Parts: sequence; C-alpha cells; structure tokens
Amino acid sequence: MTFDAQQVQDVLIIVVTAATPLLIAAVGELVVERSGVLNLGVEGMMIIGAATGFAAGYSTDSTLVGVAAGVISGAILAAIFAFLTLGLAANQVASGLALTILGRGVANLIGASFVGLKRTPAPHLHIPGLSDIPLIGKLIFGEDFFVYFGLLLTGAVAYWLMRTRSGLTLRAIGDNHASGHSLGVPVRRIRLLAVLFGGGCAGLAGSYLSLAYTPFWSPDMTAGRGWIALALVVFASWKPWRALAGALLFGGVTVLQLVFQTWGVPIPPQFLASLPYLTTIAVLVVLSIRDIRGAAAPASLGIPFIPDR
Amino acid sequence: MAQSHATDLGQGSKATPLLAVRDITKRFGTFTANDRVTLDLAAGEIHALLGENGAGKSTLVKMLYGILEPTEGDILWQGAPIRLADPNAARALGIGMVFQHFSLFENLTVAENIALVMPSEVKLDDAPAKIAEISRAYGMGLEPSRPVWTLSAGERQRIEIARCLLQDPKVLILDEPTSVLTPQEAEKLFETLERLKAEGRALLYISHHLEEVQRLCDRATILRLGKVVGTCNPRAETPRSLAALMVGSEIKEVKPAGAHALGKERLVVSNLSLPSPELHGVALKNVSAAVKGGEIFGVAGVAGNGQSEFFAALSGETLAREPNAIVIDGSPVGAMGIAVRRALNAGFVPEERNGHAAAPDFTLSDNIVLSSHASAGMTRAGFINAKLAKEKARAVITSFDVRAAAPDPPARTLSGGNLQKFVVGREILRDPSVLVINQPTWGVDVAAAATIRQALLDLCAKGAAILIISQDLDELFEICDRIAVIHGGQLSAPLPARSTTREEIGLLMAGMGGSGHAH
Repeated sequence: MTFDAQQVQDVLIIVVTAATPLLIAAVGELVVERSGVLNLGVEGMMIIGAATGFAAGYSTDSTLVGVAAGVISGAILAAIFAFLTLGLAANQVASGLALTILGRGVANLIGASFVGLKRTPAPHLHIPGLSDIPLIGKLIFGEDFFVYFGLLLTGAVAYWLMRTRSGLTLRAIGDNHASGHSLGVPVRRIRLLAVLFGGGCAGLAGSYLSLAYTPFWSPDMTAGRGWIALALVVFASWKPWRALAGALLFGGVTVLQLVFQTWGVPIPPQFLASLPYLTTIAVLVVLSIRDIRGAAAPASLGIPFIPDR
Repeated sequence: MAQSHATDLGQGSKATPLLAVRDITKRFGTFTANDRVTLDLAAGEIHALLGENGAGKSTLVKMLYGILEPTEGDILWQGAPIRLADPNAARALGIGMVFQHFSLFENLTVAENIALVMPSEVKLDDAPAKIAEISRAYGMGLEPSRPVWTLSAGERQRIEIARCLLQDPKVLILDEPTSVLTPQEAEKLFETLERLKAEGRALLYISHHLEEVQRLCDRATILRLGKVVGTCNPRAETPRSLAALMVGSEIKEVKPAGAHALGKERLVVSNLSLPSPELHGVALKNVSAAVKGGEIFGVAGVAGNGQSEFFAALSGETLAREPNAIVIDGSPVGAMGIAVRRALNAGFVPEERNGHAAAPDFTLSDNIVLSSHASAGMTRAGFINAKLAKEKARAVITSFDVRAAAPDPPARTLSGGNLQKFVVGREILRDPSVLVINQPTWGVDVAAAATIRQALLDLCAKGAAILIISQDLDELFEICDRIAVIHGGQLSAPLPARSTTREEIGLLMAGMGGSGHAH
C-alpha cells in the first residue's frame, strides 16, 4: 500500500470537489436560518437544480445557461416555500419536508428524457505556470469555477453578515422578529429575500453535481447531500467559515470510502457508503451533548411571524 | 367624552400641541380596543396615560408609533394630520418609544442593538463612538460591546432610552418603564426623564403606579375599556380617587393579615442548587427557606433572577439531585415529581396562565382534570369522571366569581384576570397545606387582584404555608409576613415585612445586600 505525493493531491482534489456542493448549499441555508426561517427543503431544491441545470446545459450546450437554470429553479421552489411559510405562516418543518418531496418529483419529471446522456464537465481554471506547479498547482489553481465561487461566497456572506448594516438587520430579525417589527424592520420582506437566496444557492449546488461533479443526470443523484448541508449549518453553529471547515470534513469522509476501496481495505462498501450519514449523526449528537441548551441557534428559528396591524 | 379635553390644566395647552389624537378608534375584528380617544401632548410636559390592563393604553401608543393603524380618527403632528405608515415614519417625525417588553435583541451587542435604528448615513463602525458619547452625556454607563443578554433590566432599559435619544426625538413614549426596575433604578430613570422634560421634549408616560404618576407627571389622561374617562392634574388627586377613575368603582381593601399563630415548618428548602436549565437561564445557588403553617413568605426580585427556575424546582418540574433539598410536611421530595408533591397536598400556580397553568384550548373542567388527576379521584381506571370535573369547575367559577361567556368555556376565552382567578381558585379549593404561587396578580385588574390576595390570606389563616414569588413590592408588603429577595439565583435571608422598608428590599434586589444581612 504505497502512494506518492501525486496521489495525495488527487485525493485532496476529490475532497474539495465533494465539499463544494455541501458548502454552497450550507452557506445559502445558513443565511436563511440566520433570518429565523428553517427551510428543510434543501434536498428538494438541490435535486431540481441538478435536473434543470443538466437539462438546460445539455439543450443549449452552455454550462453558464445550465448554472443559471439551476439557480433559478432552486429559487422558484424556495418561492413556493416562502409563500407558504411567510405569506400564510404555515408550519416551516412540514412545508420544508413537502418541498423536498415536490422537488424530487419534479426533478425526475424534468430529467426523465435526459437519463443516460453525457456532456463535458464544466471547465477548470488554468493559469499557465501556476496550474502546472507539481503537487499543489492543480489543487490550488486548477479547480473548476464552482470551487472558487463557493469560497468567494463563503467570504462574502461572512463579511456581509457581520460587517454590514443589512447583515445586522438580518441577524436581528432572526434573533427576535417581534422586536424587529416594532422597530419598523420589514421582517417578511427580508426573510423572503433570504429564502430566495438560500434556494438559489441550493439550486447552484445541485447544478454543480450534474454539470461538474458527475456530468450527467441520474434520479436521486443528490443522494442526501441536502440533508448533510442542513446538518452542516448546525455543525458550523451558524458561522460561514466553520461551514467551510465542516464541508471539507464531510467531503473528506465521502472520499474516504473511495480511497479505502482502491486500497482494498476489507470493510464492506455499504458501510463505507453510509459513513457521511453516520458522521452527520455523530456530529449532531456530540454537538448537542456539548451544549444541551442549543448554543448559537437564532432565537426565532422556525417560529412563524404574523405581524399585527 | 366631551369632558376629556375640556379640562384645561396643563401649561402648554394654549399653544398648538406637539402631538394630538382626535377621536381615534381601533377595532380588532369585533373588539374595540380604542373608542374615540382624544389626547393632547404639549412640549415640555410629562403626560401620564393611566388605565388598567386591557384599557387600551398599549394599543393607543402603538398607533402613535406607527405599529398599528387606526381604524378611524386622526393623529395630528403640530396641528397637521399625518399618517404613520410604520415606525420609521414616526421616528423620522421625532417620535421615539421605549417599550414595556423590551424590543432588544438578546444575542446582539449593545452597539449592534442601537446601530439598527441609526440613520443609514451612519457607518456601522462609527456606532460605538456615538453610543459612548450619548452614554456619557446622560450618565448611562453603557458598554457598547457587551451582548444584551448579560445585562440587567435597568441596563437594558437604558439601551432602549439611548436608542431613542440618538434620534433626538421631540416626543418620547414610555410604556410601563418602571415595571421591571428596582426602586433605585426607577429613581435614576426619573432623573433622566426630568432632564428630558427640561430640554423641552414631550413625554407620554404609561403606568399604573399611581404614586409615580403623581410625582412625575403634569397631566394625566385616564382610559377605561378603551375610552377616555377624564384628563386631570394628578397632583390634585389622591391615589384612591385616581384608582377609582381607572376602575370605575371603589376598590375594596384587602383585610390585613393581622397577628396569627404560626404552626410548624411545612415547606423547607435547604441548600438547593441547580444548574441553569437553558441558554441565558439562571442557576440556583444554595437556596434555603422555611415556611411555617399560617405564614405567607414572599420572594421579591427583578424578573429573570431565578424566579421561574426556583418555582420549577419547588413544583417538581425540575428535579433536584438531593431529596432533602425540598421537604414538604416532613417528606423529602427534592427528587420526586409533581404528582407526588401534589399527593402530599401541595398546590402550585405558575406564572404563565395561558399555556403553563392552563391549556388554552381545553375547557375549564378539562383543565381541572389535568392538574388534579393524581390526587382528587378525577379518574378511575384511566377514564375521566367528567361529571365530577364539571362540578369542580362550577365550584371554582362560583366561589371565585370567574366571569365566563359559557358554563364550561375553553380557558383561552377568559380574560387575564378571570383566568387567573380560575387557576388560583382551582388550587385553593383543594385546601392545600402548602401553596407555591408565582406572580399571583401579574397583569390582572385591580378588582381581581384584590380577590386573589384575600383568598391567599384566608387560606393562610387556615394554617397553610404559602410561598409567593412576585415582582410587585406593594403586593408583597401588603400580604406577606416575611420577605426574601432572589438575585442572581441566590435567595437572601428573609426580613420581617412589617419592620423592613422598600429601600432595604430594593438594595437587595439590585444585589447590593452587603450591609443588609440582618440577623
């Protein structure tokens, strides 16, 4: 069982690409939850992003159009959720679960005629010289564009949340929507924008799967990544940079099974395939034991807001 | 109605009032919260808005601050009618408001809380400097980087006021500002308010503490059931005459306890310590108290100092590790649940009547079953004896004068005062030998409060041991034999109510009990 530095880089590249969809979806959901809304429909918004992303990308032969379609379809699904939970003050947990089921159904419908088709993966960055540096060049300068966008998004959201007035307002209504309302903050409008942003991010993460990660469409190709993204938000205690660390950890666990298989480690592949999910459960258990009182969760999370007027 | 603004007593009333309300009405469905209310507010006055809970005071000021929209009537700003679309519009005109239930964000810092309402030209990074400046000018002692949940009620209120003052308001509305303050903190607030008045601002001061109003206010407008019943100079009235205006009838006085024989200790708490049950909660530290039969033991304190945690430990909602930490009539019950304690004939009335003391959507008889299924033969082999439950509900309703629209209505349809009479009456009719009650008359009208206090005194005269947790110092001094103060999860040594002053209790409430450790 020998391996060289080149193999290490290859493994790390897989870790990064496995982490990217988790990161993008988690950062989107993080903004939603920071505003006080719990959207459990991330899985549904991701899968529809994957289906429309591939369908549009394949039909127009343009990755960019595919990405746009993925983002928009995620946001449209999120808009349905927003209408239910913000407009009609429906139960957020039930609405989010329904959204997942709806998203899966519609995605399979859209994707039905694209099963088995393939297209070329999304382009990778190539900077002559830098990208060719042995051992780290490809890892740092040769990823696909989604990877860099995910990192940029994380930094931008972190800065925006903590350092700008609109970010402060969003955190404030997540902490106490009644106080926000009595100060004249448009609670529902801000939450609508947050939910749409979260939907867009989930759609983008989905389209990453079908346009770059594995450039084809297959039903249920998100394979629970939406749920992992949701757990990541809790894992990150609602802080963007920690979501990055968490995404890399989960990405690493996903890759572990592939590595173990190539190395011939005698562990049943079914067990390895379930590792990310077991890790999710373990992490959530550890987190709740560490702080049984629910630590940094936004105080209004999941509570419907009905303004009196 | 016509008399309301005919009585001209105030100084600035000849000039155009800064803010005026003309025949304003607010309806919620079929319920009329404000009925043709008229009110003037002049520059340089402190104007009291008096009334019982539910009289419509909060509804009125919410309309003045743009949170609610009037159904009918006009709001005039310097004589011109205006429409306030939202609080931002009110703030832009120069109307500021300090809320009764603080409108602060617990997990944000002081600076972030204040920055939220600053005009958008102010850069976020400049906010702390501005806050320090205003904090110095008014002697408020605010620390911009502290998270709000670590602050006391008095400090929180100063943030609210600072937040208003940053916008240099001409009109400042204060909704029950002293309800969560110690007497000393209230004193400090009054100084600030006098200063704001001297600067020529108009203050609308909502309260039901009549002494405060007499001390501070130049005019008072009194609301009852949504209508203005009069405007007067509070200094020319007595607290009794003001109270009669608020309630519409004379209040019957609660019969003082008088000297009575004390029995043996029936409720003993020794060295009770519990970790905080939730984020931002309070841990109990070495709490000890002993209540004798025939005694009312009061626990005073500013809200959020461990009262609800103490109540939960006494009632058995939170279990102590040490069985001897709580002893009821000789039985160590510290580690036993609620049903065991009730079977020992203890009764418990929590603070929150809707949702904690009573299930809001259940009928009164169902609520009787819920609280006494284990101790009063309400169930047999798991089946509810509905007839007996209805009879018991009936008994509570008649003996405590609970006014309800139907014979056995859902709990939530009762008004606050009536539901409170019901949940207290439910326990008292069981003739408990130990009764623990948290905030017995919070948010209850004056007449219902008098009924409840009298019932507690009567129960005590029968030999029961009663422990009352209350934020209302007047109430504690009125009915308690001894008063202890809870602060930061610690309970002070009890002081005899008759020979203790409000100031001594106030110091303990503020956690400054160093010299006050009598006996």
